[in-house]
Amino acid sequence: MCGIAGLFGIDMSPDAKQGLLGRMIGAVGHRGPDGQGIYADGPVGLAHARLSILDLAAGAQPMCNEDGTVWVTFNGEIFNYVELRNELLALGHKFRTQSDTEVIVHLYEEMGPDCVTRFNGDFAFAIWDSRNNQLVMARDRMGVRPLFYARLGNGLAFGSEIKALLHVPGVNAELDPIALDQIFTFWFPLAPRTLFKGIEELPPAHLLVAKSSGDVSVRPYWSLNYPETSDDRVPLVSDQAALEEELFALFCDATRIRLRSDVPVGAYLSGGFDSSVTTSAIKHLKTERLRSFSVTFESAEFDESAFQREMVAALGTEHTSVLCRGVDIAEHFPNVIEHAERPILRSAPAPMMVLSSLVREQGFKVVMTGEGADEVFAGYDIFKEAKLRRFCARQPQSRSRPQLLRRLYPYLPALQGQSQRYLEAFFAAGDSGDPLFSHMPRFRTTSGAKVFFSDDLKRELVGYDALDDLRSRLPASFSRWHPLSQAQHLETTYLLPSYILSSQGDRMAMANAVEGRFPFLDHRLVELGARIPAKLKVRALEEKHILRRSLQSLLPEVIAKRPKQPYRAPDGHSFVGADAPEYVADRLSKSAVNAAGYFDGTAVGRLHAKAQRSAQLGTRDHMAFLGVLSTQVWHRQFVEGASTTLRSQNSSKKQETPDVVTFS
Amino acid sequence: MSSLSPDIMQAVRTFVSENFLFREDRDTVGDSESLLDANIIDSTGVLELVAFLEEDFGISVADSEIVPENMDSIESISRYVERKRAQEAA
Repeated sequence: MCGIAGLFGIDMSPDAKQGLLGRMIGAVGHRGPDGQGIYADGPVGLAHARLSILDLAAGAQPMCNEDGTVWVTFNGEIFNYVELRNELLALGHKFRTQSDTEVIVHLYEEMGPDCVTRFNGDFAFAIWDSRNNQLVMARDRMGVRPLFYARLGNGLAFGSEIKALLHVPGVNAELDPIALDQIFTFWFPLAPRTLFKGIEELPPAHLLVAKSSGDVSVRPYWSLNYPETSDDRVPLVSDQAALEEELFALFCDATRIRLRSDVPVGAYLSGGFDSSVTTSAIKHLKTERLRSFSVTFESAEFDESAFQREMVAALGTEHTSVLCRGVDIAEHFPNVIEHAERPILRSAPAPMMVLSSLVREQGFKVVMTGEGADEVFAGYDIFKEAKLRRFCARQPQSRSRPQLLRRLYPYLPALQGQSQRYLEAFFAAGDSGDPLFSHMPRFRTTSGAKVFFSDDLKRELVGYDALDDLRSRLPASFSRWHPLSQAQHLETTYLLPSYILSSQGDRMAMANAVEGRFPFLDHRLVELGARIPAKLKVRALEEKHILRRSLQSLLPEVIAKRPKQPYRAPDGHSFVGADAPEYVADRLSKSAVNAAGYFDGTAVGRLHAKAQRSAQLGTRDHMAFLGVLSTQVWHRQFVEGASTTLRSQNSSKKQETPDVVTFS
Repeated sequence: MSSLSPDIMQAVRTFVSENFLFREDRDTVGDSESLLDANIIDSTGVLELVAFLEEDFGISVADSEIVPENMDSIESISRYVERKRAQEAA
């Protein structure tokens, strides 16, 4: 729930500060449409936009402790607040509300900044501790909730989204070329860097303490460790059974505490294994009527509605789906960038925004999803792909081993159409001793999109290598982990918070004031996932092996055994052709591209022309097309400051009523 | 090795430049450089190349010929086209 913003140690009159805090919180008002609050005192100013979910009557923020010496502005949920509240009551703390927010201030009194280590939840908050004259900010372990800040002299400004910070005098929207290079390599910038020069992200699982002297310290309070390869053995059958039971029990508990809410909780039901077991667990824990939601696509290549109908029938939910057409993706795209606040090289966030809009229209503020299972329990194809590439690399002469590559992506027609030798050459990318080996085909294809960088931008990037930058950040123990753990670390620590949970997650859901809750990202389950031997996670080429075994009793057998179909959105083919929205040609025009200066206008013109005449763009070209277009849209919205204009154009332009279908 | 027809080389280079490199910057790719290694053509892009060769040179490309030896540099593509044309003319 909610949006937060604030100031610390920035000299201005009380009136000016109130006004600025009002504008900052207004900029993230979409995150919390149910009420706003501001607290300003001495060097600090805290602001809050509320999406009320717990203690609807009394949960307003900013909120303080008994004597008003500790104040908090908080976005998110502390799911174990019931247990923590009981502990704090026993210690003599007085509570005025039934909210999880109040638990934060009282536990802070007890433990100081280390109180974060006791929270099980998704949170981003700032605490003003007037006794110690310090501002403390923290973010949840997995990076579900966002938090950005900018240093200004001895002070700082912070907010749930960057747009709040752009109201602060001295903070300007200027593109950081290194961040753009990272996005055109990994799909996201490496935290704390953002696309905005001078604006940083507080990384997941980190604490920031700012003193009035201007001293700011940032430190991690949690990190995930995998077993050393030598300890990563398949355990005895009896131990496997114990692990499966532990996983089942933790998953049920993680789901149970995520049902704590004073408003109804719905479920995203894609039809895949992860969302199906999550929905099923909710049905087991709560007997009342459950509403579920999904997005459907016109093209059979992406659409999963047959699976969704099967699950709805099996689980007995009341289901509503919304059809996301190709044209919807192109129409929503500027709004997607407005919320993602950065370029995206994939079209997948747009349907998530269409879906959250449906959920909101149906009167829901909270949805449970299966997000995180693929990272924590190794469900992504990239894990199998890396395993297979290592298998081929061990016997480079073998003609039979590479035949397996084709089996990896049965759902990708473009890949199925390729010649065997080209597949091999493509997947042979990289040296098996490289710590980034698992991700090299993806990083290499993505980096191909850099051919569009302008000569000026290339000059600024001379001497910078994004891959080396990432390699230098890996923990010392990385090289001693099993290759699967290494690949999981790259997905869980980087892609998950920096792309999946943000561009595709929080920002797309909170654009419509919808809060996602993710049982698989409960840190107890994440720690268990890291501890489970690699061979139990990917067995031969079966992904999520132990997760399936452990949770299969929650599903009808036919569904539990279904092969994986990852969430993918249709290519943005509607960005060209007769239906293309006007902004596309405008933003990709030679003059607009050259004026922004990031890309080569002639090259972009050729790409646009190619997209218009080709039925299907290759992977690299498609990523480049979206990356260039979204950077150009970003530039217009944030650097040229057209955000407000575009927003009103977007809402005044009649969006066709999406096709909504409800059944149970 | 026989010398390659400059016309074919030029046509292939222009196609690769305009469709994969998107610019005329000759420094970026040499005639014998691997297009796969240089990140210029990815595994889906090679099918675009095949379509171009069939349309513009009137040759027919068999699946078994879509291999890096035939398709991975401007030079190898040109050599392949010449060979095919000679075969098909014969």
